[in-house]
Amino acid sequence: MSLHAGTKLEKVLAAGQFALTTEVGPPRGPDVEEVLKKAEILKGVADAYNVTDNQTAVVRMSSIAGSKILLDAGLEPVAQMTCRDRNRIAMQSDLLGAAALGLKNILAISGDHQGAGASGKLKGHPGAKGVYDVDSIQLINIIKNMRDEGVQAGGDTLTSKPQFFIGAAWTPLGPPIEFRVLRLAKKVAAGADFIQTQAVYDIKAFAEQMAKAVDMGLTEKTAILPGIIIPRSAGMLNYMNKNVPGVVVPQELIDRMKAASDPQAEGVKVTLELIEQVRELPGVKGVHLQAIEAEELLPEIINQAGLSPRPEV
Amino acid sequence: MITAEWKPIEEMVGYLRGHKKVLVIGCATCVAECAAGGEREVETLAPLLAMAMQNDGNPIEVKSATLERQCEPEFLEAIAEAAAEADAIVSVACGIGMQLVAERYADTPLYPGVNTTSLSIREEPGLWTSRCAACGDCVLGFTFGLCPVARCAKSLQNGPCGGTRTNGMCEINQDTPCIWRLIVERATARGRLEDLTKVRPPKDWSNSPAGGPKRMLREDLRS
Repeated sequence: MSLHAGTKLEKVLAAGQFALTTEVGPPRGPDVEEVLKKAEILKGVADAYNVTDNQTAVVRMSSIAGSKILLDAGLEPVAQMTCRDRNRIAMQSDLLGAAALGLKNILAISGDHQGAGASGKLKGHPGAKGVYDVDSIQLINIIKNMRDEGVQAGGDTLTSKPQFFIGAAWTPLGPPIEFRVLRLAKKVAAGADFIQTQAVYDIKAFAEQMAKAVDMGLTEKTAILPGIIIPRSAGMLNYMNKNVPGVVVPQELIDRMKAASDPQAEGVKVTLELIEQVRELPGVKGVHLQAIEAEELLPEIINQAGLSPRPEV
Repeated sequence: MITAEWKPIEEMVGYLRGHKKVLVIGCATCVAECAAGGEREVETLAPLLAMAMQNDGNPIEVKSATLERQCEPEFLEAIAEAAAEADAIVSVACGIGMQLVAERYADTPLYPGVNTTSLSIREEPGLWTSRCAACGDCVLGFTFGLCPVARCAKSLQNGPCGGTRTNGMCEINQDTPCIWRLIVERATARGRLEDLTKVRPPKDWSNSPAGGPKRMLREDLRS
């Protein structure tokens, strides 16, 4: 089987191994040390590490720069790219720059709207002009055409073809629920090689959506990695259930976390169970594990889940 | 219709300091429909401005008029005399009307009394919601008559993002429906959901404001 970019993530998936990705949020400053500190904790934990692109419209070190720092530190990045802040010209230029720096895993997403608001004490940039020149599906296709045809969106040729392993996001449980698998199919048709999903807690509902994806043959064409955000308290689950669109948390899970004497330990247990459950679903090829501001939990979880050490490919 | 909303009175006060005779002019079309710049609003704003300027220590004399249409040259002649007497004009028409007034009465400073905000419909009494973004590349033929350019916060062309709330509303505004949810519902009702599975290519924005100022030329009408 010929590989698109030969990244570690692509090779792990091609070898039929259960893949593991996680996330590294870049700092709100030019702080290389901050990135390296996270890299130190997370090295060897996952096959690849998503580097977010100014999530919630709060300015952070660019995804591409953060990704390059990780790469140099021996961690394979997945550079996220949103459609919010750049038009098709800037995106393609940044993609060529990313390729030149050796960054080959790209996650193409529409991105949080600048008005969706930063949380907590952060303000974000609600007065910014969102770009949204193209949407995530169009971006996926642009990347694919650069890679496979060596052509720009405007029709001009590239002097050589950049290699990319193209990722996309999927919200399997958002309304209109009947369209979510069809939208996934559009992403696959546009060129998505792998999919990371919005956090999944309702395994039964997710299994139904996965079954449809399998029926449509999508799991033959793309590698789906369900997202799991490590729950740390009942409050956190409640918040996500109420405020994060597409995240559905069963009440019994919230109750279980509420009843736990040590919520963090319980959260780790829940995470292990979730990994186990999604792993059994046909078509699931890995997991995208997020430990928002609690990265230190990851090595232990991955050990206990029997996912350590990561395969050498 | 074109909608507009009053600017803060403080902003208008800032414009008018140093002026003595101010003419406030409205427009009886779109901005009257959206209750921002019709006769009623002009007659409300004029005394408010006079009072605000008085409180600011810069009293002014205010006159008012509401034109049938501020965006047609012929209707502007009705205020020729009043404009000649004024040393400033505040217009509460849309940006189109304002600019025509600024051009016709070029010697008199023109200040905006409103912000022009959208191409909307009056959905309910007191509620206007966006319908068109004048993008110059209409997609309604692909989206079952519902516009994702004007009505999706991200102008998405290929279906809903992950930000659709459980109740089907948009992530960034509790009271705005996810337009893609409505598009999917309408497609489903017509038995045409399949139509929405085709990947739509990037839009051509060159005929929108992004492409530069519009100059629409119709040779057939120029003889």
